[in-house]
Amino acid sequence: MEALDLARWQFGITTVYHFILVPLTLGLSVLVAIMQTAWVRTGKEKWLRLTKFYGKLLLINFALGVATGIVQEFQFGMNWAEYSRYVGDIFGAPLAMEALVAFFLESTFLGVWIFGWDRLSKKVHLAVVWLFAIGSNLSAYFILAANSWMQHPVGTEFNPETGRAEMNNIGEVLTNNTTLLAFPHVITSAFLIAGGFIAGIAAFWMVKKAKQDKTDPELPMYRTALRFGAVVMLVAGIGVIITGDLQAKLMFKQQPIKMAAAEGLVETTTSAPFSFLTIGNLAGDDPSSVKHIIEVPGLTSYLATGDFNAEVKGLTQLQDEYAAKYPGYEATPDYLPNLAVTYWSFRLMIGLGAFSAAAALAALWLTRRGAVTDKTWFSKLAVGSIAAPYVAASLGWIFTEMGRQPFVVAPNPTGSDMVYQLTQHGVSKAVDAWEVGISMVVFTVVYAILGVFWYRLIVRYAQEGAPVVEEPDPSDDADRPLSFAY
Amino acid sequence: MNLADFWFILIAVLWTGYLVLEGFDFGVGMLMPIVGKTSKGKRVLINTIGPVWDGNEVWLLTAGGATFAAFPEWYATLFSGFYLPLLLILLALIVRAVAIEYRSKINDENWRNRWNLAIVVSSWIPSILWGVAFANIVRGVPIDAEGTYTGGFFNLLSPFALLGGVVTLAIFLSHGAIFLSLKTSGAVFERAKAFAKPASMAAVVAGAVWALWLQLAYSENAWTWGALLLAAVGLIGAAWFSRADTFGLAFTFNAVAIVGAVMLIFGSLYPDVMPSTTDAAFSLTVDNARSSHTTLVVLTWVAAIMTPIVLAYQAWSYWVFKRRLSEEHMPEHNELTFHKN
Repeated sequence: MEALDLARWQFGITTVYHFILVPLTLGLSVLVAIMQTAWVRTGKEKWLRLTKFYGKLLLINFALGVATGIVQEFQFGMNWAEYSRYVGDIFGAPLAMEALVAFFLESTFLGVWIFGWDRLSKKVHLAVVWLFAIGSNLSAYFILAANSWMQHPVGTEFNPETGRAEMNNIGEVLTNNTTLLAFPHVITSAFLIAGGFIAGIAAFWMVKKAKQDKTDPELPMYRTALRFGAVVMLVAGIGVIITGDLQAKLMFKQQPIKMAAAEGLVETTTSAPFSFLTIGNLAGDDPSSVKHIIEVPGLTSYLATGDFNAEVKGLTQLQDEYAAKYPGYEATPDYLPNLAVTYWSFRLMIGLGAFSAAAALAALWLTRRGAVTDKTWFSKLAVGSIAAPYVAASLGWIFTEMGRQPFVVAPNPTGSDMVYQLTQHGVSKAVDAWEVGISMVVFTVVYAILGVFWYRLIVRYAQEGAPVVEEPDPSDDADRPLSFAY
Repeated sequence: MNLADFWFILIAVLWTGYLVLEGFDFGVGMLMPIVGKTSKGKRVLINTIGPVWDGNEVWLLTAGGATFAAFPEWYATLFSGFYLPLLLILLALIVRAVAIEYRSKINDENWRNRWNLAIVVSSWIPSILWGVAFANIVRGVPIDAEGTYTGGFFNLLSPFALLGGVVTLAIFLSHGAIFLSLKTSGAVFERAKAFAKPASMAAVVAGAVWALWLQLAYSENAWTWGALLLAAVGLIGAAWFSRADTFGLAFTFNAVAIVGAVMLIFGSLYPDVMPSTTDAAFSLTVDNARSSHTTLVVLTWVAAIMTPIVLAYQAWSYWVFKRRLSEEHMPEHNELTFHKN
């Protein structure tokens, strides 16, 4: 393999891995802050116990998320130096803002939150957890602004003197319509994941307690947590669908080739169908062999434009248009992303997301009007369902990033014709394939080992249930032993 | 002074913040076996940095992000050129972050000991490699006309670069011991105090040799003699006040030393940001590595607004955890074990 392939694999592995951790932090930080707010306002012990329980799981998750996040910022320069030279003038700004505005906020206040229970008054400590949660979610905005710029470069022009894309309007970069939809889509999917995480673990405990003793005083606490998580899932699930639909419509305009690939749409068609199953050569080298088996007529046209009869451009036509408009690809003029990956990741993402929302509905139905359930199948379903939105989110990223290929910066059809870059032109020249190979293998191995610890700790703490806690007792007494220490 | 010069200075400031802050938490990590010594002592050390280490590390991310945004060419050449050392640093920072957080999640002596070892090793590696990296930047590396590093890995291991690694190592060890002398009491305090004295002396010696070498061989500017002097005053002051057991001043002087050292490094470079040893015409300079004026204006506004706010709340976080810790303050271990008892 060449440095280019290895660098792409490394980016894929480290980024998908990082984004297994990130969405739980984004959603759970806010949800734990809400639990702590409920405790401060009502004084009910169950909210304090739930705050500490899910808070601990959040910390286990956050640590690995932070650790793997450092790589994200550095590997642009390490593996993708030519990309960095070409886009740094504009792409670097949201990253610098992310650090200054968001990372400082989340990291500093998380430390204060963990160790501050007995140092700060209830209200200040509550403000601290909110600042942490806001910091986390703000960071998502900036990084999505950066990513959206790669999908749809705005606020920029090509400077022939420096040979790179340069910023001419930061406002356009930060209010890119791609960002304005990607952010709520990512955040709602993060809440779907965090809601499913809370509900799944709470369901496990509710069923376990209900089996042993229906009058267990902890039962209402877990039921509350289950319903809390399920409501979040439901609301977030609706949000994911709405934002996803809007994103698809926008992407048909901004990156038509990605969406044609997602639909396996070879020829330009009016009243284009949406297929659920397709056979043929989806690898992309022979699009003409693609055959749809089960399809809904006109649905793709509707998803793209809101009109069942509209014309949607197919891969063959788009390939020709791109080849004419964006020269610079030395090998065979192939502007199609990997069809199998785009097609299936898109479908599985939607299917798994819908499954999560359905599971939330089941949970709310089973616990309606004060009811609890002791059904083992429900416990298993709820715990198993935790994985579904995770996989959906990963597939969503794989879809949107793989679907952008062969571009690293996709051209903006209504923007500057000069601002785009092919992935193969972005890779570092100073780095040999063996170096990227070492780095890819080492990251993969280290991430795998740390992932085992992460998983075992999450499972272990989840299996212990919500701890019995003492009310925090803030004090300035410097001689008192710490109530909590690492 | 134009905006690019301003950002050159600001990136120096961000690195200073990083080295002053994470410098001591690297030091604390490295000193686990020496100053921590016992299981409880090591625990005290971890808890002195527990609430703040992550915030300290953000200074690095900010320096990296600011370099990407304000000097894309510098960022690209530096990070792709120093590939393997940076890979090692990243791996160390990853393992370290997880180790600090996970060691206290399971109540088992073996579990803690393994993560303790991980913290020690992953604190030593970057403490040495940051010095090596900065020494190489000052010394200059082979860079071709396109701004691509052409030197390979072993080119980065010159005597001057390795001595640079020794310097950051010595300063961080001394910085960590002085920090612990401020933040602990009891037996740990005694050990920290005892270590701070020779460590701060060692930093003076290593620092003096390296700084003179730098100034005489690589500095492009005479005024950096002033920065060298500042660094010297800082290091000597830190050693002096460590001997006198006034650790607040010792810590301040160590911070001054780091300010002086960063001024020396950046001042010696200017107007280059990465000199090329292949041909001076290929050197990356403040002017040819910079972003556009529009970008720098935007960044300046963000930095002008956010930096004071960040400084204020980070200072507050240090104030919240100002008390000294000792073995007696450590609560019983109440974490879970992997297997239910």
